[in-house]
Amino acid sequence: MADFLRALLRSRTGLLGVVLLTLFIGAAILAPLLGLPDPVRSDLRGRFAPPTWTGLFSPGAHPLGADQLGRDILSRLIYGSQITLSVATCAVVLGGIVGVFLGIVAGYFGGVVDRILMRLVDIQLAIPLMLLALLVVAALGPNLTNLVIVLAVTSWIRYARIIRGQVLALRSREFVQSARAIGASTWRIMLRHILPNVLTPALVVATLELARVIIMDAALSFLGLGVQPPDASWGRMLAEGRVYISTAWWIVTFPGLAILLTVLSVNLLGDWLRDYFDPKLRT
Amino acid sequence: MTRYFAGKLGEALVAIWGVVTIVFFVTRFLGDPVALLLPVGASPEQMQALTAELGLDQPIWRQYISFLAQALTGDFGQSFQFGRPAIGVVLERMPATIQLALTAIALGVLIGGTAGAIAAMRRGSVAEFVVMTLALLGQATPVFWLGIMLILLFAVDLGWLPTGGYGSPANLVLPALTLAVFVSASIARLFRSSMLDVLKEDYVRTARAKGLMPATVFTWHVARNALIPVVTMIGILTGELLGGSVVTETVFAWPGVGRLIVQAIETKDFPVIQAGVALIAAIYVATNLIVDLLYALLDPRIKGSA
Repeated sequence: MADFLRALLRSRTGLLGVVLLTLFIGAAILAPLLGLPDPVRSDLRGRFAPPTWTGLFSPGAHPLGADQLGRDILSRLIYGSQITLSVATCAVVLGGIVGVFLGIVAGYFGGVVDRILMRLVDIQLAIPLMLLALLVVAALGPNLTNLVIVLAVTSWIRYARIIRGQVLALRSREFVQSARAIGASTWRIMLRHILPNVLTPALVVATLELARVIIMDAALSFLGLGVQPPDASWGRMLAEGRVYISTAWWIVTFPGLAILLTVLSVNLLGDWLRDYFDPKLRT
Repeated sequence: MTRYFAGKLGEALVAIWGVVTIVFFVTRFLGDPVALLLPVGASPEQMQALTAELGLDQPIWRQYISFLAQALTGDFGQSFQFGRPAIGVVLERMPATIQLALTAIALGVLIGGTAGAIAAMRRGSVAEFVVMTLALLGQATPVFWLGIMLILLFAVDLGWLPTGGYGSPANLVLPALTLAVFVSASIARLFRSSMLDVLKEDYVRTARAKGLMPATVFTWHVARNALIPVVTMIGILTGELLGGSVVTETVFAWPGVGRLIVQAIETKDFPVIQAGVALIAAIYVATNLIVDLLYALLDPRIKGSA
């Protein structure tokens, strides 16, 4: 652990990712304590108020401006991050559980089981993830639970592929063979001997997947199939602000920047974790 | 070699069948198209008649069997919305999607390849830092937001290019650039890291030691081997973009396949959804087969192993 922290402190990019990410998560958790204006209360006099630092006349003192209903954009961004971050995290964890389980099963049993699971992966890869997500959300109906399920469905493949590869190598190692020799059951070997050895690669995949899922979540909301109003979500803010692009650039600009910075910090952390633990995981 | 490809082809066909099957069943959950197709206040008899006409009153497995049999001949039924064969409706949109995808890939490979090569050859330079920072930013930028920002700058503020639409080369610039940013970011990072791996190899040192010109070493020893992972990446990206870049096409009102399928999902036009997704899957799978072929050409070791 001490080694890990020292290496992190030495890496400028990894550290930058952690600092930014901590900042975003901190703001999301502490949002009620930050004294922000109500993110869903509209203020008709403050409609389209520009950011205060632009020097333009801005009723209501909004640091990042106000939207078409006079709602404070900074406050909506921070409260929106609660939804975005928790949806993305749930999806990555859910997809991870399924993907790691199937990856272990495919790698450990091999043969027919492996072939069937890998064909399933091929099938899913042949449908563009965005279309798959759109179809499933349209079929199940747009709400938070379904959003998490859809994002998890697009996410399990990468875990399954990488974990399968790891397990193929682990299967013939001495500690697995000796566990088998002393009569440990298959489940016991998979849970007690193999699972702990694939948690690190799973963590690396999870971080990189988190970035992808955040963007996809925003894209789905952008197309109107994500979080429903009046809740603020970054993709939704972008979609609403797009209409006013020629009169109020700040409405559409800041949610995008928020997504960019969050994804960037997650990617920085993910790249660093991968290089630290196992550069071979590069995909 | 032949056996290797026969196996790959078999896997490809299974994948397409799987996609078609999944889409068939998922579309059944989208709801009842009959209610949408008829005017408000249609009588129950009218609804029944239309349900029977569309074959939606048959048991689901019957529908599936006849759907598969027809799909094999390229017949996905009539579009509910347009009243014409669904596959025709989808194919009409292909040229727009192909045009956008290939332009974006070409631009992305050119920019990303050059940038990645520079970053690998000039390690530790300012150029490398700039390239890698831009690539990281490019990968983290949501495509649809980038599209909107480009519209804001080049269409709204400067008025140089149209905000969207299709037809003239000017319409193509912004959507292609939007997609090219993501493509070039991915390629720059991958090409750089694979070149760095190759530069460490003994055969590169040998080539240099025997006095080959740097350009020769770069072309025949470094770039050729470093391209193998890049070719895979280009294949995956091409397959993805040919599947229609749903969001980019929506932002720029580009009449491609992705946007068509989104509209078909909204109007519950089952045949168009099924034809569209089947076509996209077939393109994706075919692209991957071509990549496997190129792979074998670039890396002779693959030929032997099946």
